Parts: sequence; structure tokens; C-alpha cells
Amino acid sequence: MEMTGAQILVHYLEDEGVEHIWGYPGGAVLPIYDALDTDADKLNHILVRHEQAAVHAADGYARSTGKPGVVLVTSGPGATNAVTGIATAYMDSIPMVCITGQVPTAMIGLDAFQEIDTVGITRPIVKHNFLVKDVNDLADTLKKAFYLATTGRPGPVVVDIPKDIQTAKSSYVYPQEVDMRSYLPVTKGHSGQIKKAVEMMLSAKRPILYSGGGSVLGDASAELTKLTHKLGFPIVQTLMGLGAFPASDKQSLGMLGMHGTYEANLSMHHSDLIIAIGARFDDRVTGNLEKFCPDAKIIHVDIDPASISKNVIVDIPIVGPVKQVLTEMNAILDETTLKSDKEALADWWSQIEEWRATNCLRYDTIGSKIKPQAAVESVWRATNGDAYVSSDVGQHQMYAAQYYPFDKPRRWINSGGLGTMGFGLPAAMGVQMAHPEATSICITGEGSIQMNIQELSTCLQYGLPVKIICLNNGFLGMVRQWQEFFYERRYSMSYMDSLPDFVKLAESYGHVGVRIEDPKTLDAQLEEVFSDKYKDRLVFVDILTDQQENVYPMIPAGAGLNEMILV
Amino acid sequence: MKHIISMLMENESGALSRVAGLFSARGYNIHALTVAPTEDDSLSRLTLVTSGTSAQIEQVVKHLNRLVDVVKVLDLTEGEHIERELMLIKLSATGDMREEYKRLADIFRGDIVDVTSTTYTIQMVGKSQKLDAFIDTIDPVLILETVRSGTVGVMRGEKSLHV
Repeated sequence: MEMTGAQILVHYLEDEGVEHIWGYPGGAVLPIYDALDTDADKLNHILVRHEQAAVHAADGYARSTGKPGVVLVTSGPGATNAVTGIATAYMDSIPMVCITGQVPTAMIGLDAFQEIDTVGITRPIVKHNFLVKDVNDLADTLKKAFYLATTGRPGPVVVDIPKDIQTAKSSYVYPQEVDMRSYLPVTKGHSGQIKKAVEMMLSAKRPILYSGGGSVLGDASAELTKLTHKLGFPIVQTLMGLGAFPASDKQSLGMLGMHGTYEANLSMHHSDLIIAIGARFDDRVTGNLEKFCPDAKIIHVDIDPASISKNVIVDIPIVGPVKQVLTEMNAILDETTLKSDKEALADWWSQIEEWRATNCLRYDTIGSKIKPQAAVESVWRATNGDAYVSSDVGQHQMYAAQYYPFDKPRRWINSGGLGTMGFGLPAAMGVQMAHPEATSICITGEGSIQMNIQELSTCLQYGLPVKIICLNNGFLGMVRQWQEFFYERRYSMSYMDSLPDFVKLAESYGHVGVRIEDPKTLDAQLEEVFSDKYKDRLVFVDILTDQQENVYPMIPAGAGLNEMILV
Repeated sequence: MKHIISMLMENESGALSRVAGLFSARGYNIHALTVAPTEDDSLSRLTLVTSGTSAQIEQVVKHLNRLVDVVKVLDLTEGEHIERELMLIKLSATGDMREEYKRLADIFRGDIVDVTSTTYTIQMVGKSQKLDAFIDTIDPVLILETVRSGTVGVMRGEKSLHV
């Protein structure tokens, strides 16, 4: 059927099964917005207030559903505003397709109005990108974009479409097939390696499972849980992986890394075998590499060969989809006559229980100020631990990771790799859009929330009843913490002066604002916030918290996993 | 250690900058780089010379393979291979030096491809080290210009880089 490039895009997205597209119009995408008006049937466009938020919202949608997030922005500033969002998705391997408008092909290179080299600017922060130069290639290019974004190690893909391509005509048929000779993602791990790995696991004396974001992205939660239970090994999870294995399970030692638990980090350090699953030995996890796990052999399962032996040398690499590899491991364990060393494992567990008994997440509850940890725990209780929690970046992010234990995958939505302040609120919008009946929370601070606060307007327009939990301590808390520890308490520019009255601000946007100042009323007030009374309303909860509180435990930069500061 | 990494990539605009961008973003160095189309219009062949530990080179190759425009990658230095580089070198040639340069060019199997009353331009092909050795024999003040193509290479025998 003959149609314009803009119409092809809209029809393609519908045929691809895209439900929502987040965006902001502008000169170079006007034909597409016109086609959305005339041709879109099921496709729902959400108008944000800033392009960065469009990308984070699509990202939140993708993280909470596993489906690709889709974004539409204009050329020039539209594209550059989207860059932080794209980089955020790239660092955390989130499937996403970002459509950017471009000036007409005849004007490319002439420094035209709102012209920017989008493909050049985004090249280092995308899995791949395309500049469409011929309308006849448009549908195939879109097909490739979705295929690339969602297969192998997922990631964002940018498709830059000049305005004249949007108006040029071509015939459209949804491409069923995609053919890319240079892109062949691995679909199966090496069976010999998997077998060797299982043998190594069963002969280990102090083994530990270390699971990361790949277990969530690869939908391998059930397989991971099964494997962990079969083996009886302790398991630690990265910030990105939380929820893939239930936090309430006894075998879970919680999060590892810079602000991980004492038992998680010491168990890693003293282990003789690390089984890394969809994790990438990030510096926030390993601490000082020279001191990292001196006695451990390493098995590493990852879909991306470039992640293996990047930071630490691996003994048994297995390149493949986590779900498939774990399924095969479980099958081998079902059949093998080999047994794990029960006695050694019992000794290992009793050592771990000693570490666990330090109760490293305890905190001082005395005082007239609300402790941020207590606020997060109260939120957990009020939501029965079953909410979708999006987070911004800073102390509150760590408190959320530590004090809101997740039993399910895709519930914890945070910018772990890039650490993007301003991520939380738009991500929570995307989550709410994907799960209209669920509780979607944004845990944030008074610093982060102001980086995308304009989205309160979007939430009103689309009736998104996000619950914003702002841990307001009047400081850029994580910056202040590092200044206290490492810069002799010179609190350079980490104080938040001239804050708005968040309650009134929320009200002026047409939402509900609640302030909580008294530890005694914390639980009751939060219960009300999450009660049916506000089921359909966005509530901005401004919780004034203790300014002096720090995130513990902590591994200082340059230290090893066994060199934690406990309190 | 120096490695010669050769790859086939899609003959599309932007492919070269993806490779170059990967090297700068990850802090790998490029000593030399050369790229040109192949007998297949849809493919170009890029050869680059880099250095690093074997672990670093392994990482470089993995990241190159990850680029969507890169079809195949081969580290030529891993096996028996032939490598060649072309150099054009323009020398100030007067008096006795005219004879001397001709003798030197013969020894190095170079050809004098351009002559004026005061200059010679010599064309030479060989391993990079041979070209280096030739340059070392010339007084630097007499070298007017040097241009080198960067190394290209193929594996010896039947092994070849193809789609």
C-alpha cells in the first residue's frame, strides 16, 4: 500500500505491537505527528514536558515489562535532550527504539535550523543507529532497529529520519523477516562448558552465586531460583539484579558491592567459587580489583562475550542467554550422580550466618527526626512489599535498594550504570502506564526530583497516580556523605537552599501533597497515602529526614570487599 | 606487542567512525589504519595496527565483533601471515646523494618514481620494519616528505577472511 514515510512509521509501530510512544513534537517531526493524528489506531502517544523524560518513561516501561520502549523526538535540541536518557538505557542494556526527526536530506551538513549530527552524537551510547536516506528502506530499517534493540544483549537503537523521507512515498508491507549477516546473537551456551561449570560447582567448598541485571533482562528468575535451591548455595545480587531471586528467601544474602551487606561482601571475598550470572563485575561491585576475591575461581555466564574477562579473568566463560544456560544447568543437576560437599557447605553456611548476625543494616532510631531508612521500611509495609519502585540517584536510591526487599523481578527500576538523577519520576510514569492497576512509586530526594519535576504536569494530563516519596534532607546526601568522609567535611555546594514548598507545588499541578515530619505519624500517614482514598491520585510525599544520616555499610573507593565500614 | 587486526565491514557511511570511535572511547591506541572497498561492493576491508597485552587485544576483538557494521574480524598476528605497507618518500637529492639514494633504493628494492633536479621520490613496499629501516638510513634533514599507507595483510595458505 502506497503511503508517506510518516505513515509507514505509524503503521509499522502498530504492526510491531507497540502500545505506547513517548515524545515531544517539533519542526522536523511534524509529518509524523500529523500521521499519528490521521493514521494511528491503537498506538497511544504520551506528550511529556521534556525529551529526557520521554526516554526515561519509555525506559521505565521497558524495564517493568521486558518490551522495548519507544520514543519520538524532533531534531536538534529534541535529540540532544534525549541523549541522557539514551545513555541511561545503554548503560543498563535496556531495549529501546528512539525515533528522531532530522532536517531534510538536502539540508544535512548546511548547519540548518535545529540540525545536529544525531547519529554522530549518539554513536557511543547506542547499540546501533541508522540515518534513513531512502523511504524505500524505512520499514526494513525499523525492523532491524527493533530486532537489534530486543535480541542478544539489549540496548537502545536510534533511527534518524529526515523530514523529506517522512513525506516521500513508498509502498508498505510489514517486513516479516530480518536479515543481518553481521549480527548473529548467541542463542545457546556451549554445552561442554556448561557441564564443566556444573562439575566445578559441585566440587566447591565455599561457593557463591552472584546474579546481576542479566537475570532480570533475560527473564531467568524462575530458572535462577530453581538452580539456587537445587544447589543450596548462598546468592548475592547486584543493584541491577535485585528481585530476580526473592530477597525474603533464606539463601539470599542481599545486595553486594559498595553499599551491599556485610554477609554478601564477605561471602564473596572468602569464596572459592563465584558463579556470575548476567553480571559484569562493575567497579561498584568489585571494589579494588587487586584485592578482589583472592581464592575464588570464576564461572561467568553472560550473553555478551565482551563482558567476559573484561575486569576479572574468568576460569569458565559461558556465552549464552542466561535463561537457556540455567535451564541446561538445572537439567544436568537433575541427572548427575555427583553430589555437592554437604559437610563443607554446612561449614560455609555457619560462617555466613555469623557474618549475617552482625545485622549490618541496623540503624539508630532514636531522635526526633525521621530516619530515611525507617521511611523506606514504612513504605515497604504500607505497600506489602509489592509495589513497582522507581528510584532516582543518591542516598535514597541505596536506602531503597537496602530497605525495600524485592521478591519479584522487574519491580526495582533504577539507573544503576549511568546514575542519572531525574530518572525516577518519568520512569515511574512509564511503569504506571504499563501497569495501570499496580502501585508505582518513585523514591527520590529533593535534589533528584527537581531534575525532572515538570513531569508532574504529564502525570496530571494522563491521570497517572504515581506516589512520589521524597526523602528530603536538604542536602545532596550522597555528595555530602563523600565530603564528610573524604573531603574533611567541606560541604561544597551540597546544600539545597531555596527549596520549593513541595506540598504546594504538587497542589499547584493539581495533585495531592503530603508532608511528614514526625516519626510517630510516619506509618499512619504513609498508610493513608497508599490507601484507596488516593488510589487514582498522584501524591507527592515530602518526608523531612535526618540530615546527618549516611548510607552504611560502605566500601570506600580503593578498598577490598573485606574492608567495609559498618557504621 | 603489535597486532594487525583485519576486518570486513559493511560498506556504509559511518562504519569507519564506529571503529575509530570504539578505539578512542575505550582508550585503545591505533598505530595505523587503512580502509578500502573489496571485490564485493557491499563490503570494505579495514586493517589496523594496535598494541597491547593479549588480554587487551582479546577485548578489542570482542568489542569489534560487537559492532553491528563489522561482519568478520581476524587478528592476523595470531598466525602465519603476510603483511605489507607502501611508502612514498620524497628526498632532497643533489650532488653525490643522487647516486647514493639510487644504490640504497636498489638495496631496499624500492623504485624511484619521480625525479627533479633536486629531488627523488622513492616508492617502497614491504613490512613496516623494512620501511622504518630505510628511513633510518637517511639523514632526517634530507627527508622532504613521507607518506605511508598503513599495513595491510592476509593469512598465509588457504585461510582467508571472507563472508
